[in-house]
Amino acid sequence: MPDIDVVSLSRLQFGLTAMYHFLFVPLTLGLSLLLAIMESVYVMTGRTIWRDMTKFWGLLFGINFAMGVATGITMEFQFGTNWAYYSHYVGDIFGAPLAIEGLMAFFLEATFIGLFFFGWNRLSAVGHLVVTWLVALGSNFSALWILIANGWMQHPVGATFNTDTMRMEVANFADVIFNPVAQDKFVHTVSAGYVTGAVFVLAVSALYLLQGRHKALARRSMTVAASFGLAASLSVVVLGDESGYTAGQNQRMKLAAIEAMWETEPAPASFTVIGFPDQEGQRTNYAVRIPYVMGLIATRSISEPVMGINQLVEGAADRIRSGMVAYEALQRLRQDRGDADARATFDAHVQDLGYALLLKRYTPLVTDATDAQVAAAARDTVPRVAPLFWSFRVMVGLGFFFIALFTTAFVLSARRRLEHPLFLKVAAAALPLPWVAAELGWYVAEGGRQPWTIDGILPTFLSASSVPASNVWFSLAGFILFYSALAVIELYLMVKVIRHGPLASAPAPSAPLHAVVTAGE
Amino acid sequence: MLDYETLRLLWWALLGVLLIGFAIMDGFDLGVAALLPILGRTDLDRRVMINTVGPVWEGNQVWLILGAGAVFAAWPALYATAFSGFYIAMFLVLCALILRPVGFKFRSKLDGTAWRHAWDTALVVGGVVPAVVFGVAFGNVLQGVPFHFDTDLRVTYTGGFFGLLNPFALLCGFVSLAMVVMHGAVYLAVKTDGEIAARARGVVPWAVILLLALFSLAGAWIAAGIDGYAITSALVPDGPSNPLMKSVARAPGAWLENYHRFPISVAVPALGYAGALATWGLVRAGRSGLAFITSSLAVAGVVGTVGVSVFPFLLPSSSNPASSLTVWDASSSPATLRIMLVAALIFMPLILAYTAWVFRVLRGPVRARDITTDGGAFY
Repeated sequence: MPDIDVVSLSRLQFGLTAMYHFLFVPLTLGLSLLLAIMESVYVMTGRTIWRDMTKFWGLLFGINFAMGVATGITMEFQFGTNWAYYSHYVGDIFGAPLAIEGLMAFFLEATFIGLFFFGWNRLSAVGHLVVTWLVALGSNFSALWILIANGWMQHPVGATFNTDTMRMEVANFADVIFNPVAQDKFVHTVSAGYVTGAVFVLAVSALYLLQGRHKALARRSMTVAASFGLAASLSVVVLGDESGYTAGQNQRMKLAAIEAMWETEPAPASFTVIGFPDQEGQRTNYAVRIPYVMGLIATRSISEPVMGINQLVEGAADRIRSGMVAYEALQRLRQDRGDADARATFDAHVQDLGYALLLKRYTPLVTDATDAQVAAAARDTVPRVAPLFWSFRVMVGLGFFFIALFTTAFVLSARRRLEHPLFLKVAAAALPLPWVAAELGWYVAEGGRQPWTIDGILPTFLSASSVPASNVWFSLAGFILFYSALAVIELYLMVKVIRHGPLASAPAPSAPLHAVVTAGE
Repeated sequence: MLDYETLRLLWWALLGVLLIGFAIMDGFDLGVAALLPILGRTDLDRRVMINTVGPVWEGNQVWLILGAGAVFAAWPALYATAFSGFYIAMFLVLCALILRPVGFKFRSKLDGTAWRHAWDTALVVGGVVPAVVFGVAFGNVLQGVPFHFDTDLRVTYTGGFFGLLNPFALLCGFVSLAMVVMHGAVYLAVKTDGEIAARARGVVPWAVILLLALFSLAGAWIAAGIDGYAITSALVPDGPSNPLMKSVARAPGAWLENYHRFPISVAVPALGYAGALATWGLVRAGRSGLAFITSSLAVAGVVGTVGVSVFPFLLPSSSNPASSLTVWDASSSPATLRIMLVAALIFMPLILAYTAWVFRVLRGPVRARDITTDGGAFY
């Protein structure tokens, strides 16, 4: 078992670097598509303002993209550096989508992004447009494969445990690719990215209109952002609901924790809108509840009950006991591969092997666990309820706010009254909100998966590397310092570019940025 | 259907292709960054140099990401062992690899001298550190590193960071640095004109001499003083991927064994020598474009030499040789290797095709006057 400090520090480091990386990803996803749309309008109409818009938003996209690429490498490397046992245990399945992401998606976007910036004079208008679309396509494929990998962590299908190699191996790769959890997460996450891109364009444009600057560009940008953002915000909420349904089928503990549902709700289950979850006391104080809604979200019916935390813990205890049988049989198989009796026992209980591993925290032997230890391990399957409960509610609230914002923007733009001052102020102030929603969403998805790295298969505390804690302290401190410095520089440059704004339709083929930035001082 | 043994051999070869691809494509980026203070005397010089890699570094960096992804998917035990074992070294490489792209992007965004000098330094660090660290890593592969597996196949690395910085490994680090400097100088000779190109051509002979001298020294050191490893139990090339099912012994001269058994494999190190010498000659003859190809071949020869020497080992363990990772016991399952092979066969040709197209669109040297007249289109 790895040092418990290494586990906590590695989790902290992975969480921080993932949330940092996730500051750049949604904007890349959304802006890449918005750029492609704007440039398509330019190619179709020949109006140069649309090219200027593509270039201006492209500048901001470029600064953001460089950070996304750079911080993305950290994510991939950490599986090996900090989660070595995880890499060994599930690399056979988990590695494949990551590698295919590189082959199919990342190469595409990263190779063509250079031409997006440097190819304006070297390519025909249509040629450049194709390049821009390929970049957008690459970003979106990239998200698809990453979420197939992540979806497998949430709902590990198509894999079996191999007793010779002591790890999970692919049984059916099609199941891994067409994992329903992965598909829902993909659409939900890219939609969240589109919302982020749309809010970014909307907010910065609103700022310009409030200041009375760059009006032609800002108005057109807002129009694009309004319709794109409306479609995206509707999709993000609908597909988020779809995720809820899929979680109801597959990750019941996560759903119960998000809803702070301590006891099983008899059908039709009601939904707690707000309340104060108390993990110790296992109850939710001051709960405001709406009947029927939970049942509809989780089961798409009003006749099925929704399982509560305490009942799920009882179920986990049963699975731990069954897993202990599998674990014992596994030990016998390791002595003698040909032991047919042990093989039969193992095969009958292998689906619970992961639950037995939860006991490693209490007894390294696993098979000698006492009832108290089984109960404690079963209790460990409950994630921290209150942060999930609140994160989820703020995220959903923001989702509905975005729908309202974009509906308003859409209506105002249709009536050509986008320059309503109150609306502009709200739109500008909304700038940071999609990031808040995206980070909370990440937390709900991954915090809600605890205590597992692979749901039901491998506990987080076993997944870490056997490295000295001092190494992880060193890298964690290094990342915090280094990333903070980069964040300051990145924000400074973004603000500078935004403050200066686009050049008026210049006769020169492109705008000398370093000159304009300096001139803007 | 391909059998497990063939699949493993193919993935061993593909691992080589990806590492060599990374060394060739990202190698010239690293070399250009390392040469910034030597060849770039003015800010404009340095901007010209940076802009030769400006539009392509993102794509080049993906070779590393794909290489790591492929190790994860095809050789998960190697991924777990090497990345966690070389923990601090990996952290340093990461910082350097983040610094470099960010440097390219951010440097030209402001005009201040201090700002640009700071990024110049960052870029040099971002070029030199990964080149040296990757070389050091290969140097340690050749010597074996201290790690072992327990019966759950949890790997524990027992050496520290400074143990990696032993004299032989540092020598390999300098081989790697000399190699990317040669490669980067040739690239600059192709992609710039006038004085910078002339200076770059001037660097090539020195880089070639240094590379070949250090490479030969490393070879002699292996022949004379570094024990190789050999599998002493019966080979089971299609057995389960469990490193604890074999026995291994340290054996003097084992790293030269493959060259005796398969004399044709001498072609790999020979390619390193021939490629480097041809590069020198071609640059002198003013054929820099061809020289870039021979320089790439030299890179392939040098990187490939390590792979051929240690085959079938991937990462030997010095403290518990039986835990060593080999081609026969560190791979993914046959199903995963097959799926990944199909994916590689579909996408690698596509990647090579569109990368070639992008380089074609960007053909021609970066000129100082382009940057002065149209600064905004450049870094």
